[in-house]
Amino acid sequence: MMYLKSAYEIRDKYLRKDMLPTIFCPGCGIGSVLQFTLRAIDDLGLNQDEIVWVSGIGCSSRVPGFVNFDGLHTTHGRALAFATGIKLTNPNLKIIAFMGDGDTAAIGGNHFIHAIRRNLDVTVILINNFTYGMTGGQVAPTTLKGLRGTTAPYGQFENPFDIAGLAVAAGANYVARWTVFNYLQGINSIKKALSKEGFTLVEFLSPCPVSFGRRNRMKTAPELIRWYQKITVPLAKAKKMPPEELEGKIVIGEFVDRDRPGLVREYQEYIKRAKRMMGWEQ
Amino acid sequence: MRKEVLFSGFGGQGVILASVILGRAAAVYEGLHAVQTQSYGPESRGGASRAEVVISDEPIDYPKTLHPDYAVFFSQEAYSKYLHTVKEGATVIVEKDLVPHRDLEFEKKLNVIALPLTEIAEETTGLSLTMNILTLGILVGVTGIVSRDSIEKAVRDAVPHGTEEINLKALRKGFEIAENLKS
Amino acid sequence: MRYPFPVGKSDFIQGDEAIARAAILAGCRFYAGYPITPASEIFEAMALYMPLVDGVSIQMEDEIASIAAIIGASWAGAKAMTATSGPGFSLMQENLGYAVMTETPIVVVDVQRGGPSTGQPTLPAQGDIMQSIWGTHGDHMLIVLSPSTVQEAFDFTIRAFNLAEKYRTPVVLLTDAEIAHMRERVYIPKPEEIELIERKLPQNEEEAKLPFGDPHGDGVPPMPIFGKGYRTYVTGLTHDERGRPRTVEREVHERLIKRIFRKILDHKDEIISYDEFMLEDAEIAIVTTGIVSRSAVRAVKMLREKGVKAGLLKLNTIWPFDFDYIEELAERVRKIYVPEMNLGQLYHLVKEGANGKAEVELIAKIGGEVHTPMEIVERVVG
Repeated sequence: MMYLKSAYEIRDKYLRKDMLPTIFCPGCGIGSVLQFTLRAIDDLGLNQDEIVWVSGIGCSSRVPGFVNFDGLHTTHGRALAFATGIKLTNPNLKIIAFMGDGDTAAIGGNHFIHAIRRNLDVTVILINNFTYGMTGGQVAPTTLKGLRGTTAPYGQFENPFDIAGLAVAAGANYVARWTVFNYLQGINSIKKALSKEGFTLVEFLSPCPVSFGRRNRMKTAPELIRWYQKITVPLAKAKKMPPEELEGKIVIGEFVDRDRPGLVREYQEYIKRAKRMMGWEQ
Repeated sequence: MRKEVLFSGFGGQGVILASVILGRAAAVYEGLHAVQTQSYGPESRGGASRAEVVISDEPIDYPKTLHPDYAVFFSQEAYSKYLHTVKEGATVIVEKDLVPHRDLEFEKKLNVIALPLTEIAEETTGLSLTMNILTLGILVGVTGIVSRDSIEKAVRDAVPHGTEEINLKALRKGFEIAENLKS
Repeated sequence: MRYPFPVGKSDFIQGDEAIARAAILAGCRFYAGYPITPASEIFEAMALYMPLVDGVSIQMEDEIASIAAIIGASWAGAKAMTATSGPGFSLMQENLGYAVMTETPIVVVDVQRGGPSTGQPTLPAQGDIMQSIWGTHGDHMLIVLSPSTVQEAFDFTIRAFNLAEKYRTPVVLLTDAEIAHMRERVYIPKPEEIELIERKLPQNEEEAKLPFGDPHGDGVPPMPIFGKGYRTYVTGLTHDERGRPRTVEREVHERLIKRIFRKILDHKDEIISYDEFMLEDAEIAIVTTGIVSRSAVRAVKMLREKGVKAGLLKLNTIWPFDFDYIEELAERVRKIYVPEMNLGQLYHLVKEGANGKAEVELIAKIGGEVHTPMEIVERVVG
């Protein structure tokens, strides 16, 4: 059994007190995932001054402002492109990109798949709430078919992206998906992700009762959590299920854990190769 | 002293490289000002090819040729298109075999050197594509626009590694032709 | 320090290559780009040189990512550059605004080609003058430099890095396909011959706590780069001196934006640079920037031969713009001509500067050819 420090201790150690309270609504899951992340950092004993938090635009992207670390709150969808510059310039820095589903899979979709293709050394903590919460509940590329948002008031008619699946296919070193309810698995996955080279992603299904739930007959976080329990299937179980039964379900678990060389290592090798090819070094 | 040189032909004849070498000889080895420009894009991949060099002992304002003092024509198209832009009394080198239709009346105002350049290059080095360097040798030999030493150095800098000697052979053949023309 | 090209001597190279070598000598150690004619040779040169000087050169998925990456690199402490042409420059505008707002030193090269859209990819134009100044959204201030020779492309690149570092601002080097691909004699100095300016870093904890303040009274805050324990928070939201988002208070927004303007405009005498040619006794002034200046120099010489007292003002910086000096010039001369490779951009700035004190006439040329000197002369003598 893992020993959990008190939330106050974590808060006092890692949050900027002058920035509190956060902007998050009652029932929002971002705070939980933030807590998982901070606990993972704490458990691993990582140096607070060697971590940079990067984000784009959206509710979850405001997180770097609340934590007492170096942080770059950038433009919508572009966090991973900014992160590429930080990481390659100073490989000693560990990068955490705190991103939302719209930020990651819509406007930032191309940056996302290319950051994974490069195996950029970054840990993405993804808040997937199926909606654009900050701007008032528009549908996202993750919104399941039939669910409502202000820009599909009669129910989403497009297919959703499986972001974790996309990350696996693009070549990420570590990909896991949980709901905010799976806190132990969540913390352990973040710890694993932070300890690995290359691109790592931990996706969380995270409640947004105000912008999303309200429009889909789930006005409170507990209702959303119960819905998650209904629609999620653990990976081991999913493997035994026929595809038609998996229709409309979201698989949770650890999808990939591998050790391909990360971008930093590849570039350092490239520098050596360049110098050898030019006869600058043996 | 502002001297304008126009090189033109078709892609693959080494028009651009010849212009770069001449500019380099002037700028790097003679301490002169030099500007080289070229037509860029689809034209440089097979179609008409054009490059210009302006050389001067003072800073060069307008970087293009207006009325070339020297011109090199490697194709009929180039000759027909640009012959009439050259300055009166200009020295003009023509690849005789590739320019069958000439304006001999206009040429009377010019110093025209028309030779089977490709054939000579092939005879000299066994490689017809050294024709551009051979022509540079003739141009420099006849006009003295840069010294022979400078153009040799620039050829060494600019040609692909391992082809220096064969190109210098072509260049020196050009010098020799120039000597014969003068005498 | 070993350099992957000869230093302390002249070379005969293209404008693009000169920009790349200058960046290396200016200490640029991070380049991110996306291929585009006629800027690709800058990238190719950086790709060749960067690994040899332990720097980074990386091909991003697009121009948006390219400028994002160099902003990230700058916050991690590197001098950083990207280069593009019109279409890519348009894609960069959002993050150019982010660099203005977060006061991030970066250098963005725009090698202009004929536009709009794909237009004339291989041919020069000056159609991005307004975009370079006004392309991004909101109230913003930045610096735009414009070279007219390959040597200037080299020198202004060094200057672009110095200005970016000194004023913690993005600097645009606005050049064109003609200069980019033209080969010319360039003196590549030895490192010790180059004066480099480095960004101010916080000297104490107080300064580190004010990454967007004005502790020195010059409008330029020291930059607490990442990984040094400063725990800096950088955001594109309106923020206070400490970097905290303050998005609804009028005074905070006004204070921030006005300081970003002030840090450049208070130093405009130092930033603005121009060259004059035969302008002292001129009755006709020609005002140009970039490659057209060279046709204009020749045009002035030709006009003088014809007995016309013409002179040239060549603008090396396009922004900030010296409106006052143009007015002073307009008072001295009878008429001002503005030859440019577009349908009227610099013209509008000059006209505003002239303030009605002299007639201002545009000599527009588009299609991918630089004005010939004769084209300018003919317009002046009628």
